[in-house]
Amino acid sequence: MLKKQAYSTGNDTVCFDEMLRSDFSARDCYRTLYDWLQRQTQSGIRTKQAEADAIFRRMGITFAVYGAAEANERLIPFDLIPRVISAAEWRFLERGIEQRVRALNAFLHDIYHRQEIVRAGLIPSAMVNGNSAFLPQMMGFDPPRGVYSHIIGTDIVRTAEDGFFVLEDNLRTPSGVSYMLENRETMMHLFPELFAAHRVAPVERYPELLRQTLESVAPSGCDGEPTIAVLTPGIFNSAYFEHAFLADQMGVELVQGSDLVVEDGALWMRTIRGRARVDVLYRRIDDAFIDPLNFRPDSLLGVPGLFDLYRAGRVTLVNAPGTGIADDKAVYAYVPAIVEFYTGEKPILKNVATWRCAIDEERAHVLAHLEELVVKEVHGSGGYGMLIGPRSTRQQRADFAERIRANPGNYIAQPTLALSTCPAFAGSGVGPRHVDLRPFVLVGDRVRVVPGGLTRVALKKGSLVVNSSQGGGTKDTWVLED
Amino acid sequence: MRIAITHSTTYRSEGAARAIQALRLTPPSGQSQTVVSWQVRVPGGGTPMRYTDAFGNLVELAASNGPVTDVRIVAEGVVDTVDTAGVVGPGWEAMAPDVCLRRTKLTESDDAIRAFGESCRRDDTLSTLHAILDELHELVAYDTSATTSDTTAKAAFASRRGVCQDHAHIFIAAARSLSIPARYVTGYMLTDGGESVAHHAWAEALTVELGWVGFDAANGQCPTERYVRLAIGLDALEAAPIRGIRLGGAAESLHVGVSVQESQSQSQSQA
Repeated sequence: MLKKQAYSTGNDTVCFDEMLRSDFSARDCYRTLYDWLQRQTQSGIRTKQAEADAIFRRMGITFAVYGAAEANERLIPFDLIPRVISAAEWRFLERGIEQRVRALNAFLHDIYHRQEIVRAGLIPSAMVNGNSAFLPQMMGFDPPRGVYSHIIGTDIVRTAEDGFFVLEDNLRTPSGVSYMLENRETMMHLFPELFAAHRVAPVERYPELLRQTLESVAPSGCDGEPTIAVLTPGIFNSAYFEHAFLADQMGVELVQGSDLVVEDGALWMRTIRGRARVDVLYRRIDDAFIDPLNFRPDSLLGVPGLFDLYRAGRVTLVNAPGTGIADDKAVYAYVPAIVEFYTGEKPILKNVATWRCAIDEERAHVLAHLEELVVKEVHGSGGYGMLIGPRSTRQQRADFAERIRANPGNYIAQPTLALSTCPAFAGSGVGPRHVDLRPFVLVGDRVRVVPGGLTRVALKKGSLVVNSSQGGGTKDTWVLED
Repeated sequence: MRIAITHSTTYRSEGAARAIQALRLTPPSGQSQTVVSWQVRVPGGGTPMRYTDAFGNLVELAASNGPVTDVRIVAEGVVDTVDTAGVVGPGWEAMAPDVCLRRTKLTESDDAIRAFGESCRRDDTLSTLHAILDELHELVAYDTSATTSDTTAKAAFASRRGVCQDHAHIFIAAARSLSIPARYVTGYMLTDGGESVAHHAWAEALTVELGWVGFDAANGQCPTERYVRLAIGLDALEAAPIRGIRLGGAAESLHVGVSVQESQSQSQSQA
């Protein structure tokens, strides 16, 4: 059902397709999949797609879309064609990601201690100390093993055969790992013959690795096997399914703030068997809401005194509060310098060129080139509050220019990237669609990068926005073994 | 000077509720003061847990083990002080000074405060800070009925009235607007007679010449040997000696009693 002449993004811009070269020959890692695709019929694929949707509904994988009134929860579209990454490509990505997360954790340790990087003049003091994502309360504290960000989802985009860029580091509470796991399970169920024809690196061990990572950062005073719990804001959170899923997969309790209490210098959870001490809390609640005694007093989601316990070394919070300073979009531009400063090595993975509107010359460039650039809010996420220059109207650009002038420090701009494409089922056939990649990284006693990740795909023809809240879907991601 | 302090706080609620408090009620020893003895008691408050926070304050977390109607917290002890003309001197300090340039809700400046700060600008930091101290003392009248604990520096400065908390917040806002790191201090002050200002607050600012120096705009002076430093933070909320939360329960009433007096034993030994 793959028609070569119809395999097109519909845009004039040339972009890198991960399956087909410009002469329509398949790249090595896609050869088997390409042959298989050509043998598929439309009705066969429709049947499989219906089967996949039924599986996801049965598993209850849905997500809430903010601002979508009609359906509070809906299914994220799942595309059946896996994305394939060769063993050599993965080795490169893995090295680059590991280097980056080590450097960013070292950066966090430094700025919450002596701030050598500020003293060295590599990053302005105000960028760190005046940043709203910087948490003064973390100064001078040593988290177990010196790790701040334990669970990371590095967003990577590709523009060429060897053109990989990190778009965002996501060091706070990245989500999406449950889709990586469920997508794989579904694919194995639907297409066992494809797995038989490929050597796909397993992702199934993620919950076990997550548990090992959490156990490895238990407070030093914890004897025996540490007790872990997952803290969720509750069922109305868009990622509640994932919180429940991960707790279940790890065999630990899923709790809400109201299940937890600080007493006798320890954190306790109420269980059906009475109270039990918690040593490591994997919290999926934003910093501001974890503790009404120390942060937002109106938060009903958190636990009063939790941050005090953490600073006293009686419980470990994962990720540490205050990690947002290292994935702040304004600090992002400094990450290559951060990598060099702490590792003494050149960055393996490239940054996307970034203009900071806070700086006069850079802002002037942005305002003069709005039509070509993507403008983002420094603290925005989920694809909201951004301007995609080439797809914008004159009015939208004028509005954004005004907003940038009014509050320059709130905006950065990047070139519009020609994101790589992968084959996806689209309408009556197979077409190239833009993708990004979020591999999941665990940092505890060591760094573990799970071979795979979440591939998000912009299912709308020609669209560059892959966020699920903006109509994106997901794919299974196959890392091939040699 | 040897100063004896008793600081008792009683919270009473109509219905029983679990209570949890973070106490910053232990003064540090340093160049201007040496703690001779100190004790914090939270009867019925469970086992307190201690740690040092980002500003170097000793924090005790006291959580009641069950619902209570009354919580009585008593901090008590003896501190020896010397007059350093407000100079704080070196001490354990994890906080990067530039953090004390951050904006907080209570210490945010506006055009009026920035203009005031500019009008106080002198050739060196110390002179600038003294100008802010003197001008502020003149400009903002001491008035216990004009503001509350939630009043911002902007609002207090606009009304030209306030208590020591407001003077400190305006001082901090003005200093920060001139890129001088400044922080909030809570503590005690030995007064000549009345005990109404025994529990006190002022500001500290970072000078090139002398490091951190205290400025008490409410009294128009730098701290003397009659002052005892208790806790520091970016504003009154962060440096609060007691920050508490009740889980449930009804209306709460609060009674605070502080007695600060020159200790007899010291007077005798000096005699």
